[in-house]
Parts: sequence; C-alpha cells; structure tokens
Amino acid sequence: MTDDIEYRDYAKGAQPPYLTPNYKSTKVRSPNKPQYKLPRTLTEATGPVFTQDDVPADEWDLSTSATGETALGQLMFMDGVITDEDGRPMANTLIEIWQANAAGRYAHAVDTRDAPLDPNFTGAGRIVTGEDGHYRFKTIRPGAYPVPNYENYWRPPHIHISLFGRSFMSRMITQCYFPGDPLNDECHILQGIPEAVARDRLVMKFDPSVGVNGHALGYRLDLVLRGRRATPMVG
Amino acid sequence: MTKYIPTAGQTVGPFYNYALMRDGENDLTGGGKASGETVVIEGRVTEGSGAPVRDVLLEIWQANSHGRYNHPADDSDRGLDENFRGFGRTLSDEDGCFRFVTIKPGAVPAEGAGGSSVGESAAGGRTGGGNVWQAPHIAISIFASGLTRRLVTRLYFPGEDANATDPALSGIPEGDRERLIAKPGDGGGEKSIRFDIVLQGEGETPFFEE
Repeated sequence: MTDDIEYRDYAKGAQPPYLTPNYKSTKVRSPNKPQYKLPRTLTEATGPVFTQDDVPADEWDLSTSATGETALGQLMFMDGVITDEDGRPMANTLIEIWQANAAGRYAHAVDTRDAPLDPNFTGAGRIVTGEDGHYRFKTIRPGAYPVPNYENYWRPPHIHISLFGRSFMSRMITQCYFPGDPLNDECHILQGIPEAVARDRLVMKFDPSVGVNGHALGYRLDLVLRGRRATPMVG
Repeated sequence: MTKYIPTAGQTVGPFYNYALMRDGENDLTGGGKASGETVVIEGRVTEGSGAPVRDVLLEIWQANSHGRYNHPADDSDRGLDENFRGFGRTLSDEDGCFRFVTIKPGAVPAEGAGGSSVGESAAGGRTGGGNVWQAPHIAISIFASGLTRRLVTRLYFPGEDANATDPALSGIPEGDRERLIAKPGDGGGEKSIRFDIVLQGEGETPFFEE
C-alpha cells in the first residue's frame, strides 16, 4: 500500500452517543444492541475519490444566486483547514454544506413554517480542497428556527457540513455553530456531545482576518478527519 | 503541541436533500456500463416503533466485479473498471423504501495493508495460506434525523460459501449474522436482492463500531 494510514477508534466523550434523551427522536432510532467490532480491511481503508474537477468553481459562494442577485442577511465568510489526526492538510476532501436562510427557513419542501423564503438563497454549497486542505465559503448567517414537537425550543443558527476524507473510515457529517449564541447552551444536538472541549470545536471562531473589510464578517472553523500515519515521519 | 482530535459528528437532520442528492447517484452502473452482474438492491428502513423512516441518507461503497477498489490504497493487480466508481447515494422515500442498482462486487482481501501480495495469491485459493479473503460485500453508511452520527453496517450476498469464513461476519453471533445477508428479492428480470434495515428493537440490524 502506498498510503499506510492507521484508524484509531473514536474517543467516546468526543462524539455524541446515539441515545440522547433530550433529542426525542433518538429514543426510537438509536440501536439498543452494542456495536460489533469491524476489522479494518481494504474496504474501510478506501472510499470514493474526489478531485477539484468534480465540483463547479462557483459553488463555494452560497450568497449569490444563479442570476447574480445577493441573498438577504448578514454576509459572512466561513474559512478553515481540514487536517488528519497528525495535523497534515487533507487534500481532495469533498465538503458539502447546507443551511437555513437568514429567517431560519430551509429551501426544502418539508420545511413549511411561516418564515419567508429568499428567492436568491438556496443554502447549499460544495468545494473540494486543494493540497493545503484549505476551504472557504461565502454565505449569509443563518437564522434560528423553532423545532416542531417541542415546547418553545429553537435550534441555534448552524451550518451543516458533510465531509468525505481519504476513506470510508473518515466519512462524517457534522454541524457548526456561532460563538456567543445563547441557544447553543440549549441545543440538544450540540449538548449531546459529552465533552465541553469537543463541543467547543464545533463553534466557529469570530475572525475578522478571514472576512472582508466593509463587506462581510469572517468566521473560522478548522476540522479534523480521522486517520493518522502508522509510522511517524522522521525529520 | 496542538492535538488534532477528530471533529464530533452531528445529525444530518431532515433538510439535507437539496444539498446532497443528485440524480442517478443510486445507479452505480452508470446506466449499465459497468462490467459484472447487475444487482438491484431494495430495502426499507424502520425505527423502534416499527414505523418506516423517511429521508434516511444511505451511502454504499464497494469493490468492482474483480474485487478492486477504485482508490489509490488498493494497488493490487485486480482489474480496474473505468465505468465503475463504487460509490452510491440515495435517500428513503415516505414509506422508508430505498433502491440501488449496482454490480455484484468480487471478493477482496481482509487485510487493510499489503493488498498486492495478498492479491497475487488469489489463484492459489481464497482462504488458504493465512491470506484471508472477505466474502463479496457492500459497506453501508446510514445518516438520518434522530441519528446523532453515522451508523455503519454491511450487506452480504445470499448463498455465498465465503460468508462462512468472512472475518467481519465471523465476529457476529450466529443468530445476528443472517441479518446482514440480503434475501432474494422480488424484482422480475434483473437479479434482485432485499436488505431491510431495522434501526432499533425486534430484528435490529447489526451495526459496526465506526
């Protein structure tokens, strides 16, 4: 094999358990039985390969519609680096993001609440990282929204992130949040992660250096995908 | 020194399909161009109450008909198929039902590393000499609202002798093992198999640690 990568088990406290009672639907969707050990085989060490040619170059910008109109809301950049557990930049990582609009409504048929849709905002973007593992999206800050079947419970503003790393083992989907929002502390999904430091890693950092003066705010979020080199590199 | 801890997973939620789904991604054959035996996989996802679960994101990953993964970590001499990438995605409909069209994968070695030396011994027998082979199988990732992160399982094919010696299946108690072996399907014409996924409770699908 050309790329000798080791995949350690996820640290339990740094990932949410499947059963999170405050998040109601986990009560009927979390498996009861313990999970079985899966040998790490070639199946797990491989996965779909993506290149920058797979994604149209304009999909990094969610804030501009197909006809060139600007979406309503607070313009912002979301910027960061994707690494593995050795801190090595992860090239050719497909990142797909999606989010609600500034009023807290998704452009999705199932989201029928009475907040307005924005004809200039779909809320979906994609990029594939280059050699430096860097990604950057331009978007608008999403609104909070109330969750049906709960009593006055609102999801905090958040952006969904789907990541394909170098193999099946590093495939993951997560969400990121905004610093200082009081709804973060009430969020059953974010608070389902046991360790505070692991939760904090999903909260973006306000960082004017990745914004654009006079135009858009900047937020930074670095992401770490599972996998490290079995033999440390020397020198 | 900075520690790089893997980012925590979070639920995919209910509203992803306009961002993640693209037409045709549940047909891995590219409309019949891939070489090998075409297989239609149909199934249904249910939760602990027995109710079907809609909008479940299902992703499959598999080797081609020669048992080769389309990925640089598989540097074996098993043949690549330029018409077969090995990755598919779909989502369950309002009745919890999903469908993939793919080809039956070949056997692949059990080891994660050193694949080429194992591959060279294929002609000499697929389980002997310490070189363990896996039965044909498909890796499955499951994401859904109400799942805090990914669930991982595998689909195996009915009637395969190699299922008896497959290292992943062997780690599962016998009564549970059969739940990972697809049932013959009811689709006419094409070879068709059925693989239902029970997230919780009676008949719960065996899931693997990620």
